[in-house]
Amino acid sequence: MAADTILSVENIEVVYNKTIQVLRGLSLSVERGKVVTLLGSNGAGKSTTLKAISGLLELENGAVTAGSIGFDGRKVADDTPHGLVRRGLFHVMEGRRIFEDLTVEENLTAATFALSGRGVKPTSFDLVYGYFPRLYERRTGRAGYLSGGEQQMLAIGRALIAQPKLILLDEPSLGLSPILVEEIFGIIARINRETGVSMLLVEQNAAVAFAVAHYGYIMETGKIVLDGPTDRLVKDQDVREFYLGMAGGETSRSYRDVKHYKRRKRWLS
Amino acid sequence: MSDFLFFLEVSLAGLGSGALLSLTALAFVLIYKATRVINLAVSEILMMGGYFFFALAAGMSLSPWVALPLAIAGGGLIGAIVERGVIRRMLGESAISVFMVTVGLGSVLVGLVEFVWGTNPRTLPDFTGTAPVFIGQLYISRKIAIAFVVASLVIAIFLLLFRYWRGGVALRATATDQAAAYSCGINVPGVFSAAWIIGCATAAGAGILLGAIGGISPVMGAFGLSALVVVIVGGLDSVMGALVAGLLIGLVEAWAGTYLGGEYKLVSTFIILIVMLMVRPYGLFGTTEIERL
Repeated sequence: MAADTILSVENIEVVYNKTIQVLRGLSLSVERGKVVTLLGSNGAGKSTTLKAISGLLELENGAVTAGSIGFDGRKVADDTPHGLVRRGLFHVMEGRRIFEDLTVEENLTAATFALSGRGVKPTSFDLVYGYFPRLYERRTGRAGYLSGGEQQMLAIGRALIAQPKLILLDEPSLGLSPILVEEIFGIIARINRETGVSMLLVEQNAAVAFAVAHYGYIMETGKIVLDGPTDRLVKDQDVREFYLGMAGGETSRSYRDVKHYKRRKRWLS
Repeated sequence: MSDFLFFLEVSLAGLGSGALLSLTALAFVLIYKATRVINLAVSEILMMGGYFFFALAAGMSLSPWVALPLAIAGGGLIGAIVERGVIRRMLGESAISVFMVTVGLGSVLVGLVEFVWGTNPRTLPDFTGTAPVFIGQLYISRKIAIAFVVASLVIAIFLLLFRYWRGGVALRATATDQAAAYSCGINVPGVFSAAWIIGCATAAGAGILLGAIGGISPVMGAFGLSALVVVIVGGLDSVMGALVAGLLIGLVEAWAGTYLGGEYKLVSTFIILIVMLMVRPYGLFGTTEIERL
């Protein structure tokens, strides 16, 4: 692997409850400073991949049974989940997972534990409020009363506080209106540009993911089936058809051709 | 008029023992809040606190002011050992199994105390003085007054820490969402340990105060039963609830004990418990999601 690779996942297999295999030899890598997206349909194993990287898999009775994951020059298996966060790997979990009983400020305070033992200056909360002015207005309110979009902002804000080298973003578009999705992805792209933090972005919404990512992986039933720079992926016939809902050519394809879709998709897996 | 004075004195004594109940309840709440374990052994750790103090102050004739912190630390040590050795291995097991382990642990501790110190009640060496305290015309036993002041101070400190200290935020974050706490870089197992250590140390401290008032015996853990009622009435995860419900139950017990007769003390406590469970199963200040045990 090249020296500027911050995350490399090599041939991992993940099994839940010692019986259900979810990932079958998945490999991917993230270059320092880049946004990489991981796309796939429901149940493909995207979130599992992220949890395997951040070590949160253990909490759900899952285990990496083969392969290895390296983050910033060291295997993640050597670290505890919170140890990894303190090494600079921040996982923004699916469904936002903010602390609802705590205030907005306390949520950000909780994220300051990611800086323990790193000898860095504590992040000013103003950094977060700079990106998300709306959070500043509601900083003393209970986080549970925030709207879905604001909660997602808070979840990303917590990541900013942790001064990470790599952020794992699990479906930040989940349950948000199209306008909010656009706003949040705009900010995600800005954060990457301005702070240089690398990102691994899991999405179902391929169009917005391609708009911010430099490189993309597409996974199906536990392994990568296609990858490439996003500008090449968006031109790929199959990606256009299956993930962007465009059938090539100017007119969209008739529903009559759904059978065709099933047959053609099979080669991918 | 003297009747009214008497009533006030009874009430003050009730508040005193209520503060002790609150303190013990705090131990339950701390441990439950962080680890979602109802630690029934809190009652026996309270007893151990009393016996540690007895062993250090009477057995080894240390000064009470040296024995006091040592006995409290001893309670914390038990907490650390139990959490590290038993509870952490059981993470993810059903709540009932962990609960039963704490019940068993309580019996083991009682057995240990009977084995080492015998079953006879003992009196703790006096370290508070005995001169009664007067508020105006009201007479209060000095020990109960001290217990009240200490317990209220400790609870006030905990309330402030929870609100304003970073570690308090970590504890509340862990209580709300373990995985998310991990993802923020919070050392979740560390929080668990800390909660057990602080909780058990608090219980041991309450045991010393309780022992100073009424002496120690292997059955003094029964006090923890009333504290458990306090916790359920106040809300399993609420420090504020522990405080308010502790004082409330202390008052009711004192009134019932004085005006109805000693045998009605526990009856009245448990009537409150039953009514509470029917009306507000999550307690006065508890989180309003229903916790199944």
